[in-house]
Amino acid sequence: MYVATKGGEKAIDAAHAWLAAERRGNPDVPELSIAQIREQMALAVNRVMAEGSLYDRDLAALAIKQARGDLIEAVFLIRAYRTTLPRFGASAPVETGAMALTRRISATFKDVPGGQVLGPTFDYTHRLLDFALMAEGEAPLAPQDPAPQDTAPHVLGLLDRDGLMEPLPDGAEVPPDLTREPLEMPANRALRLQALARGDEGFVLGMAYSTQRGYGRTHAFVGELRIGTVMVEMEIPELGFSVEIGEVELTECETVNQFTGSKTEPPQFTRGYGLVLGQSERKAISMSLVDRALRWAELGEENTGAPAQDSEFVLYHCDNIQATGFLEHIKLPHYVDFQSELELIRRLRRDAGHMQEAAE
Amino acid sequence: MSEAYTFAYLDDATKRMIRRALLKALAVPGYQVPFASREMPMPYGWGTGGVQVTAACLTPEDTLKVIDQGADDTTNAVSIRRFFERTAGVAVSEHTAEASVIQTRHRIPEKPLSEGQILVYQVPIPEPLRFLEPRESETRKMHALEEYGLMHVKLYEDIARHGAIATSYAYPVRVEGRYVMDPSPIPKFDNPKLSNNPAIQLFGAGREQRIYALPPYTQVVSLDFEDHPFEPTKAEAACDLCGATESYLDEVIVDDAGGRMFCCSDTDFCASRRDAGHIGRLAPEVVA
Repeated sequence: MYVATKGGEKAIDAAHAWLAAERRGNPDVPELSIAQIREQMALAVNRVMAEGSLYDRDLAALAIKQARGDLIEAVFLIRAYRTTLPRFGASAPVETGAMALTRRISATFKDVPGGQVLGPTFDYTHRLLDFALMAEGEAPLAPQDPAPQDTAPHVLGLLDRDGLMEPLPDGAEVPPDLTREPLEMPANRALRLQALARGDEGFVLGMAYSTQRGYGRTHAFVGELRIGTVMVEMEIPELGFSVEIGEVELTECETVNQFTGSKTEPPQFTRGYGLVLGQSERKAISMSLVDRALRWAELGEENTGAPAQDSEFVLYHCDNIQATGFLEHIKLPHYVDFQSELELIRRLRRDAGHMQEAAE
Repeated sequence: MSEAYTFAYLDDATKRMIRRALLKALAVPGYQVPFASREMPMPYGWGTGGVQVTAACLTPEDTLKVIDQGADDTTNAVSIRRFFERTAGVAVSEHTAEASVIQTRHRIPEKPLSEGQILVYQVPIPEPLRFLEPRESETRKMHALEEYGLMHVKLYEDIARHGAIATSYAYPVRVEGRYVMDPSPIPKFDNPKLSNNPAIQLFGAGREQRIYALPPYTQVVSLDFEDHPFEPTKAEAACDLCGATESYLDEVIVDDAGGRMFCCSDTDFCASRRDAGHIGRLAPEVVA
């Protein structure tokens, strides 16, 4: 008898054993260590931390190893682990203005207080394969500048002083937590940003790109992009004051968007905002463009029906763990439903056949 | 049983949150209660809603049965049953009558359920109006205002175009004359079993973060028109293994010359009938 999807118990065990062997690959090749992945695949580790919403480089590296380099699968491992962790409390908001910078650029001004810092970027590299990397050589050395960092205030804050920039909301409101409460529509900006911050990089990039090509155009300039570490502080109730509990690396992007004014708002520059765990500037810039596009209603702009203006569309589809799970579930057996469809189609064809005969 | 996790995997605060959603769902039959669905160690779309509901309902004394497509031995049913054996250590059974909690995907067991049993459905898209209106903010309004005209128009258009309602599974129902509800992708053959059922029926949609329920003996009516009454359908055949004519059948292609056979989709139902001496056309006893 046909048992293709049945007798699953043995098949599952065998498949998992095979998977484990495939993951290791050829045993003559030395095994990757977690430290190697953490140090040399740092941007993959960053992406897994960002979309997994968990800042732990070693766990992200472990997830990448276990997932055989499939980053969405690694994000899934991290999310499933994260959800089991107890919540001790919430940190104080981090102060990105006080970030210890590794990179900081502004596309809107030639120079800014604190200076432009290119940092470790692929920008301006020529994308030529470096065959020297195929031979394992000496660790490259970068020249060091021991000069202390100048204070680098947010660039958009400088525009704000002239009244040309929309004022920032005070942000006193406690943001909702979409990992603890069901996402309900319409979502406020804090919730939208939260969803985008853990959203799939490719999806958010595609949405942002679509706004640049005219689907909900918002004329974005990168006012400032900064990458660096910030201190995380938490208020300890027993102590009555905040203590530093660690530091995290963040990428923050603020866009400046032209805005000619609407019925409710004067002509001014408006903001899009992106903030992502780790070094992930493609994601941070994309996020800020999508954030700005989603703000059409509060700014009294026209809804042109563009996908990036539709918060239900963006928020319900940006999570790659939800998307990949539902997409891949169609691999599961569906023969009961298919059977009912078979019967329906057969019946409709029969009925249509009778009708045709009657007509002839 | 694995020591590192709480009983049935979920932490107590999460279980409490889900139980509150379940109680609300039972109090308002057919209403979709939003709940803060957790990431589970299996993918969204593979039964995470059902698994969370089951985890919130299980007690150490329970006996669990898990079916997919009506069968206990399909791969995903095996995987979910193992998950609870590992994290809850509960007894498991393949017999519908022995189970106190039954988690299912796409079927309602053939054997009538009884009081005290809980049937947990895995639900992919809980919103029956979703394919008519993609916006959640709109569909919630439509339910609140009991505005189901769109659904009737869709069914009417089916009849105008095809001469029949062209929905064969996930066939929409009305609960106690109030909420229109998606019964999950069960074949419409199973719809009559939803109504006046002595068991508690719970529906969990993990990715969509919704829970809904039917308390025992709830009236559930499949949508239809007076001149086009609802009709549960199945293959016009008998099971080739046990000879049953009243059960839902899978059609199985047995060779590459178009040969096929039919067998019960409910494996426990089929096996019990064979144990009781019922024999179908292709049963091993007949063929041998």
